[in-house]
Amino acid sequence: MTWFNAILQGILLGGFYALFACGLSLLFGVMGIINLAHGDFAVIAGYVAVVLVPSTHLPMVLGFLVVVPIFALGGYILQRTLFQSALNRGDPLTILLVTFGLSIITENSLLQAFSANGQSINIGSLIADSINPNNVISISDISLVVLIVAVVVLGTLQLVLSRTSIGRMIRAVADDREAAELVGINHRHVFGIAAAIALATVALAGLASGMITEFAPSTGTSNLLFAFEAVVIGGIGSLWGTLVGGIVLGVAQQIGAQINPAYQILAGHVVFLAVLAVRSRGLFAVREAA
Amino acid sequence: MSAAGELLAPSAIDGTGFTVRRAARSSGWLLGFAAALVVLLAFMPALVSHGDTSLLVNVFVLLTISTMWNLLAGYAGLVSIGQQAFIGLGAYSVVVAAINGMEPFTVIPVAAVVCGVISIPVAALVFRTRGGYFAIATWVVASAAQLVISSITSIGGGTGHPVPGLSSLAPGEFANISYWSALAVVVVALAATYLLLRSRLGLVLAAVRDNEDAARAAGTRVTLARGVVFVLAAIGCGAAGALLAVTQLQVEPVAAFSVQWSAEIIFVTLIGGMGTIEGPILGTVIYFVLQQNLAQHGAWYLIIVGTVAVAVAIWFPRGLWGTVTRRLRFEFFPVRYQVVGPRPQDSGSPT
Repeated sequence: MTWFNAILQGILLGGFYALFACGLSLLFGVMGIINLAHGDFAVIAGYVAVVLVPSTHLPMVLGFLVVVPIFALGGYILQRTLFQSALNRGDPLTILLVTFGLSIITENSLLQAFSANGQSINIGSLIADSINPNNVISISDISLVVLIVAVVVLGTLQLVLSRTSIGRMIRAVADDREAAELVGINHRHVFGIAAAIALATVALAGLASGMITEFAPSTGTSNLLFAFEAVVIGGIGSLWGTLVGGIVLGVAQQIGAQINPAYQILAGHVVFLAVLAVRSRGLFAVREAA
Repeated sequence: MSAAGELLAPSAIDGTGFTVRRAARSSGWLLGFAAALVVLLAFMPALVSHGDTSLLVNVFVLLTISTMWNLLAGYAGLVSIGQQAFIGLGAYSVVVAAINGMEPFTVIPVAAVVCGVISIPVAALVFRTRGGYFAIATWVVASAAQLVISSITSIGGGTGHPVPGLSSLAPGEFANISYWSALAVVVVALAATYLLLRSRLGLVLAAVRDNEDAARAAGTRVTLARGVVFVLAAIGCGAAGALLAVTQLQVEPVAAFSVQWSAEIIFVTLIGGMGTIEGPILGTVIYFVLQQNLAQHGAWYLIIVGTVAVAVAIWFPRGLWGTVTRRLRFEFFPVRYQVVGPRPQDSGSPT
C-alpha cells in the first residue's frame, strides 16, 4: 500500500510539473524558444500574488483572477518586444542568451526587493485538508486541485489549438512561418498570443507552487529542470504528452524517494535518460518536423 | 581529401585573380606577441601578490572551460548546458587519486583523461538528441552525476571532501605551483583549440557549422567530428575541474557541479563572440572586470551582468569580438579562410 501511495503522490506531483511545463512546451514548440527564465517567471507570479491580491480583498485562492491577466498581457508585450528582436537575429543562441539574462535579472531583482527568505501564499485551512481513505493514503486537497487544474488547462489548450482559428494559426506558424505569412497570417501577433497563453499558464504554476510549498527568488531554477524533463519525456508539440511526461517524472521521483529519500531526483533523471535512449523524441512526439 | 590539402596553402581560384588564403601576414607577428605574453604571464608570481595570482587562476579556469564550450557550441553546433558534469568529475578524480596517495598536482592530466573516457558513453546517449533536447539532456546528465557523487560517502557525500597531500607545501610555493598549473592548462587548451581548428577536423567543423546537409553530402563524417570535439571538451573541462579542486583544497558537490558554471560559460562566450578563439578571451576579461569593480554591490552586480547579456544578444549578436573582426577582417588566431581580391598590379598573373 505504501507503494500505491507513492504512485498516487507521484501522479499528484506530476500534475504540478505538467502545469509548470505546458508554457515551456508551447514556447519551445511554437517559437523554438528555450526559456531559461521560465522558473523565475513562476516565482514572480508568486510575489505578484503576495503583494497585489490582499489589496483587492479577494481570497488568496482566487488570486489567479488578478495575476493571470497581468501575466498574459506581460507575455504578449515581452514577445512583441524583446523576444521578437532576439528571434529576428535568426540564431537560436540569441534567444537563449536573452532568456538567460532575464533569469539572472529576475532572480536578483527579487532578491533585492524581497530578500532570500521563503514565502508562501496563505490559503488558510485548505493547505491542511486532505482525503484519507485509509491510514496510509493521504491526498492533499490542494495537490488534487492543482492536478485537476493542470488537466483542465492542458485539455482546454489542446481544444483551442485543434478547434479554433487562433489555434490553427498557432499551429500554422509553428509548422512553417513563411507559408503562414503567405496566406496572410501576421506571425508576430500569433507568437504574441502564444506567449500570452504560455505566461498565463506559468502564472498558474507559480501560484500553485506558492500554495503547495514555499517559494524564494532562487527556487525557479530547480523547477525549471523538472519542467524541461516533463516536456522532453512527453515529446515536443504534444500537450497531452506533456501531461504524461509530468506524471511519469512525478511517479519516478516518488518511487525513488520511497526506495531512499536521497534518490528522489536521481530516479527522475534516470527515467528521463532512459526515455531519451529508447525514444529520443519523447513518448508522444508529433511527426518529425519537415 | 586532396581538396582539403590544397586549401591549406594559399590557392588561386582559376582565372579570377582571387585567392583563398588563411593567415594575414600581420597575424604571424601577433602569434609571436601571444607567445611573449605567455612568457610574461609565467613570470607573474615574481611581479604581483599571491592574491592577484589566485585571481588569475580563476581567470584561467573560466577561460579554459569557455574555450571548450566555444568549441562545442561555436564550431560543432553542440549547445551543452552540462559541462559542469566534467568540471565536477575532474575535481572528484583528483580527490579519489589524492586519497589513494597520489600527488594532487601531477594528477591533473590523469583527471582530464578520466573525464575524456567518461564522456564517450555520455556522448553515445546525448548524441541521440539535437538542439534544445541536447542542451537539456546534458544538463540532466550533470545533475545526475552530482546526485550520484553526493551519494558516495567515502568521498564525503553531500558535504564534500578536502584534497589531501597538499599540506607539505609552503603557502608561497603552493600559490606559485597553482598559478603555473593553471597557466599550463589554459595555454594547452588554447593552443590545442587553435591547432585543431587549423587541422582537417577544423575544416570539417567549419563546413558543418556553415551547412550541415552540404557537409554530409560531401562525405564528411559529421557525427565522428562532433564526437571528437565532445571528448576534447570533456578533457578540457576535466582539467579545469581538477585545477579547481587542487587550488581550493576542497571539493563540494553542489559547487563543483553547479549549473552556475554553464551560466558563466555562456555569458563569457556569447559576450565575447562565439565561433572565434578570441571571443572567450575578451569575454573572460570583461566578466572579471565587471566582477572586480561591481561585486561589492551584491545583487545589483548580477542584475548588471544579466542586462549586459540581454543587450549584447540583441545589439551585438556576433559578440563583441565577432563585431570587431567582421569590420576589420582581422584575427589574432587565423583559422578562417578569406577570399582576397586581386591587386591591380598582379591581376592576370595568378601565383
